[in-house]
Amino acid sequence: MSEYVQTPEEEGGNTMMPAPPALPGAVPAAGAHGGHQPERGPDTGGGLYRQSNLRRRSRNIRSRLAHALCALSTVIAMVPLALILFYVIYQGAGALNFSFLTSLPKPVGESGGGMGNAIAGSLILIGIAAVIGVPFGVLAGTHLAEYRSPRLSWIVRLLSDTLSGVPSIIVGVFVYTLLVLTFKQFSAIAGGVALGILMLPTVARTTEDMMRMVPDTLREASLALGIPRWRTITSVVIKTAGGGIMTGVMLALARIAGETAPLLFTALSSRTWPMGLDKPVASLPVQIYTYAISPFDAWHKQAWAGSLVLVLMVLLLSIGSKLYFGRKMQRAR
Amino acid sequence: MPHLARLSKARRSPITKTKSITANLRRSLHRGIRPGRGRLGDSLFAAAAFLAAAGIIALMALMVYKLMQQAMPAVEAFGAGFVTSTEWDPVNNNFGALPFIYGTVISSLLALLMAVPLSLGIAIYLSQFAPSWLRSPLGLVVELLAAIPSVVYGLWGIFVLAPFLGKTVEPFISGHLGGIPVFRGPVYGVGLFAASVVLAIMIIPTISAISRETMRNVSRDQKEAAQALGATPWETVKMAVLPLARPGIIGAVILGLGRALGETMAVTMLIGNSPKISASIFAPAYSIASVIASEFAEVTEGRHMAALIEMALILLVITLALNLLARLLVQKTGSRATKAKARP
Amino acid sequence: MAGHVTTSSLSASFGDIQAIDDVTVEIPANKVTAIIGPSGCGKSTFLRCLNRMHELVPGAKISGEVVWDGKNIYGPGMDATEVRRGIGMVFQKPNPFPLMSVEENVSAGIRLTGGRMSKAMVAEIVEHSLRLAALWDEVKNKLHKPGGGLSGGQQQRLCIARALAVQPDIILMDEPCSALDPASTQKIEDTIDKLKQNFTIVIVTHNMQQAARVSDSTGFMLAREMGDPGRMIEYGPTNKIFTMPDRKETENYITGRFG
Repeated sequence: MSEYVQTPEEEGGNTMMPAPPALPGAVPAAGAHGGHQPERGPDTGGGLYRQSNLRRRSRNIRSRLAHALCALSTVIAMVPLALILFYVIYQGAGALNFSFLTSLPKPVGESGGGMGNAIAGSLILIGIAAVIGVPFGVLAGTHLAEYRSPRLSWIVRLLSDTLSGVPSIIVGVFVYTLLVLTFKQFSAIAGGVALGILMLPTVARTTEDMMRMVPDTLREASLALGIPRWRTITSVVIKTAGGGIMTGVMLALARIAGETAPLLFTALSSRTWPMGLDKPVASLPVQIYTYAISPFDAWHKQAWAGSLVLVLMVLLLSIGSKLYFGRKMQRAR
Repeated sequence: MPHLARLSKARRSPITKTKSITANLRRSLHRGIRPGRGRLGDSLFAAAAFLAAAGIIALMALMVYKLMQQAMPAVEAFGAGFVTSTEWDPVNNNFGALPFIYGTVISSLLALLMAVPLSLGIAIYLSQFAPSWLRSPLGLVVELLAAIPSVVYGLWGIFVLAPFLGKTVEPFISGHLGGIPVFRGPVYGVGLFAASVVLAIMIIPTISAISRETMRNVSRDQKEAAQALGATPWETVKMAVLPLARPGIIGAVILGLGRALGETMAVTMLIGNSPKISASIFAPAYSIASVIASEFAEVTEGRHMAALIEMALILLVITLALNLLARLLVQKTGSRATKAKARP
Repeated sequence: MAGHVTTSSLSASFGDIQAIDDVTVEIPANKVTAIIGPSGCGKSTFLRCLNRMHELVPGAKISGEVVWDGKNIYGPGMDATEVRRGIGMVFQKPNPFPLMSVEENVSAGIRLTGGRMSKAMVAEIVEHSLRLAALWDEVKNKLHKPGGGLSGGQQQRLCIARALAVQPDIILMDEPCSALDPASTQKIEDTIDKLKQNFTIVIVTHNMQQAARVSDSTGFMLAREMGDPGRMIEYGPTNKIFTMPDRKETENYITGRFG
């Protein structure tokens, strides 16, 4: 992979170059280039390729200004991130304690209580989603990478990219019509299925990408030993690509761990400990939402504490996956 | 090659031993192998992989079908008038989607207005200007914005952002530009504008990451050609990078729009949840995703639910179309950039 | 004796490009057969047709017969997996499985081709194979280290051991020494010389001295012009090919007067 690293050059240092070489591919760029050509007229006085110092300086200033604006955009984007992290930690840490993690919510007016059931519920939902989404996604990715059927692959790839753009609340509505209406029951299973569907595209596409990075020489080595194709794929290709696939799975889990909308009317919520996979179950994001829009100060504090737990969970999963991937790749080399 | 022959003769004795071992192993190994076993495993595995891939197609089809089926009562009751009616009256069973469509579209467009310039600045900085050691850590930090759950944005929005906007920014704008209708009227903090600001923050990572990727793919030759003409770094970006990356950037913006249209929790918590169309962007409004989020679980009446599902269907169709369009554009840039690279 | 192969009118192509045309040879059991020729003459393709590896390339086509101990490997009811289990292959570039240890690399074939086996038996096969490949003494203390950590020559001998462990009748070697230094090459040639007691070996090489050193019979392949398919110009005992070839082209190539 060629990472283009721009060499720092003295800006404008070569504007005096006497005969610019032809710019072969720049025809489409002419429009953009033309933008400043008319302005050039009065300044070029001396020769065709010479510019006055003033003109050159103004071009350089403009370039510096653009550079600064772009850098400023990057800084501006970081302000909300810093603010959100600050508030979540500052407000959340105040309300977070051991009993918050382990106890049931208390009724309004009673102090204490926590989100133990919601944390347990979230883990259950993520577990169900993984049981559904990982095998389904890995198999679909395997098909895309190992069994080349161009037309089907094209459609599957396009649709799985499209599926990743479907709003998560619509996946919730879909699972509601599919499972909740059919079984007349909000349930942990329904919530898990919705989250599993949301994982699918990420898992399938990373699996495909990672398996494509496995060199064909390893497949040949395995097939030449008389190892059947399916065992070549499961034991050699998937094993070699395993670190990358794991990263994709962890990223997908990080994404669904914070999902609220698809759970609102599938897993619903609950103020008790999980009572079974066919019963409604509380989850951390839904609990945060309920508490955040409530009128009670004590609940707002709990919502912040819950957010801190949720953000830590999500960040650990996504940063952890990147570090893990880096290590795994080093080993493979 | 007499010396080699001599060598191998010298080693003859241990080899005769290995010969019998090999023969024995061969016999015992090949006995355990039943022909055709691999073939059955191969067919089963290939079938499973095929079913999983085809399952994604089936899943999408089923999703569209299920929503259409459940939306039928509303389609039959309201017809095309559904999207133009502004009435939302669960008590009398009368439903129109216009206020929600309005809120969804306006909040998303406002978000784009704020997010696109910033995202492009980030993309240009991270792909062209930033020192190389800074690129990947900065990129990672911007991506972290995408990792924060929507509900946490909402919580922060309610308790930090909306009060701030309501006390400082909105009165300021309203005070100076109050002559323009969109900035007129009371300010509450919570409302269309607050939702748009949070949406903008949330779509910055999407737009900047994809634009950055397409800008990075622009061939080096093009840039060097521009530099050789004496272009300043900014002129190089304008001449050689942006024109070639344009379809990819448009694709990125469309993907960002798709995300904004469907974003639920943060909007639900900030938009004010009032099904009215107001001239002012500071007034409360409602969006498709947020009305589904707030009313769906409590619906008891069939037509009400059908109306909500019909809106879900409208949102699904719009986001599907936008995503297909965006993917095709991003793919096109990819092939264009590689074509330009292949040409000497 | 097992491990006897004959090809008749074997032709192979990739899409529209024909790679080899009408190759008919008889490869004797428990001998080393070398295939030589300039690059692009189809010698690797020929080799890959002998254990049905050629068909893995998209658009590959094959006609003619390859008869292995009386069975046409392209005949109806023949399973490519079965063929490859009996006819192993060592590749140009050493390609041990990167995330498997030395021991796992060698045992990969027997572990993954079905059939249950005791741990002791696996260990015995691993040791036996590593000894045959002359690698045992160098790796016996690092059997559980990754196979990718060995030197290039050791990796290639590991690949040979891996191919030996499934107890094939025939081993195909596709320029096994081209990526190695002379000392490693020497070790592999010694190994080949030992192996022919138990295995039939077909080795493709661009190195004529190597062919002369290790083989009993030699085939010379040549594509007359760019884009022409490769043909087997001459095939016979190594001594004869290198001292008094029948064909002018062979002599030109052997004496270095070629191209």
